[in-house]
Amino acid sequence: MAVLVFLDHESGIIRQASRSAVTAARALGEVHALVTGDASVAEAAARIDGVAKVLRAAGAAAAHELAEPLAAVIADLAPAYSHIVAASGASGKNVLPRAAALLDVQPIPDVVSIVDADTFVRPIYAGSALATVRSSDAKKVLTVRASSFDPAPAEGGAAPIEQVTVPDGPALSEFVSIALSQSERPELESARVIVSGGRGMQNEENFKLLNPLADRLGAAIGASRAAVDAGFVPNDYQVGQTGKIVAPELYIAVGISGAIQHLAGMKDSKIIVAINKDPEAPIFQVADYGLVGDLFDILPQVEAALDKAG
Amino acid sequence: MKVLVPVKRVIDFNIKPRVKADGTGVETAGVKMSMNPFDEIAVEEAVRLKEKGIATEVVAVSVGVQQAQDTLRTAMAMGADRAILVLTDVAVEPLGVAKILKALVAKESPDLVLLGKQAIDDDMNATGQMLAGLLGWAQGTFASRIEIADGRATVTREIDGGLETLTLTLPAIVTADLRLNEPRYASLPNIMKARKKPLETIAPADLGVDVTPRLTIVSVAEPPARQQGIKVESAADLVARLRNEAKVI
Repeated sequence: MAVLVFLDHESGIIRQASRSAVTAARALGEVHALVTGDASVAEAAARIDGVAKVLRAAGAAAAHELAEPLAAVIADLAPAYSHIVAASGASGKNVLPRAAALLDVQPIPDVVSIVDADTFVRPIYAGSALATVRSSDAKKVLTVRASSFDPAPAEGGAAPIEQVTVPDGPALSEFVSIALSQSERPELESARVIVSGGRGMQNEENFKLLNPLADRLGAAIGASRAAVDAGFVPNDYQVGQTGKIVAPELYIAVGISGAIQHLAGMKDSKIIVAINKDPEAPIFQVADYGLVGDLFDILPQVEAALDKAG
Repeated sequence: MKVLVPVKRVIDFNIKPRVKADGTGVETAGVKMSMNPFDEIAVEEAVRLKEKGIATEVVAVSVGVQQAQDTLRTAMAMGADRAILVLTDVAVEPLGVAKILKALVAKESPDLVLLGKQAIDDDMNATGQMLAGLLGWAQGTFASRIEIADGRATVTREIDGGLETLTLTLPAIVTADLRLNEPRYASLPNIMKARKKPLETIAPADLGVDVTPRLTIVSVAEPPARQQGIKVESAADLVARLRNEAKVI
């Protein structure tokens, strides 16, 4: 049986995390992709390497990836599929559990490893433990951690596109507005380098001191929950258990103490650098390179060293 | 308007969980337990709705062991009016909890069910969405702002790229994200008062719900530890090592 993968998109661009979901799904069977939005989204999905067929849920009811109509579409399509997969982003986590309930299935969120068609590994307790679980449901509904699967190439496929109907139903929820953070920087989940700031940045103004370093390294900017709660940066910057899960080549934590829930979001990064004035901060336990000192002194020094090295 | 608030008893968020030596789960015996932090936010929001005169009654419910009574008492000390414990020793999965809550919704007829977006033990982030699916109700997940007016809830949601605002037809399900509010601490007089508030205990079978788990835990293990790194002496040393040793810049 084939695998249905829901690919979420933002402003018409399919998220890289969804291409990681395609890679995960290929381990389970032939991949059929479900998308919403304009024809261009379906066309982009059709070009993803490894996608055998694209199902496009068009029309107003399916716009904005609202959970109520989309879960109904997925439940309608489900009989033809052994697994239903999405990336563990805000959209997948909003829609898939609802679809699972319609199918009387217990979903398996945040899969980091596929053992076999019924058995999956997922972190629990903010990544303090890894649980291997086997599902007895006839159909599996899972979301997968993008940081654990390489994204399928955006080009290379030429899948046919079919329209699917969105079941009629009362419009339970209505889209009002969206406010996306404007940034020229790479997305957190796909960035090769991330510079992240914490409470140690002190305020919104100082947080901007990370910009030159991020510019210099072509990095995305992230933040700890403390920095977001304090209002230094918007919510979509948050890295951690309940924010974004990232695994870049290089993660530079500046003024972040390293609470468990933050480590849960970044400890799979290849190289971790910590800059913090407290030598006992837990962030140093996961850091490959730690630099103890006042970040306001160190940041310009790092930039100077980078400039000098060329 | 009646608001139902499901709450879960979990290992306190300040405690680092330890994996049991036999790999069957995480040690909970003798470990401090508290209300799931996201559920505290949901209780706080429900109580604020009551204080604003929008909600008329706040009912807390928990599915779990006898000691989950303590969690419900905490909810009532924060301002919930009464509580229901669905008593079971089984670790009920989100699907089972959603079925129990659906049966309670049929009994209680709330206009709004407010839940935490996820429990910090199993990190499933599923119960609210599943309950919404089973009931055929609107859902507003990961809420950082809720306004109720004219039979609709306007919910601002934390999404990957920023914030999204939806309006939901009531009755509806809303799940709370971190920045919805800052939960209050229960005062001592309110803790005393909560002891006298009604707490009803029922069994899943009384509600006609089968809570047999669908997932079998094959094993629970510690994640691989990162190798201890080094402290560098200067920014120049750091940059040199990132370039020559780690080769990441």
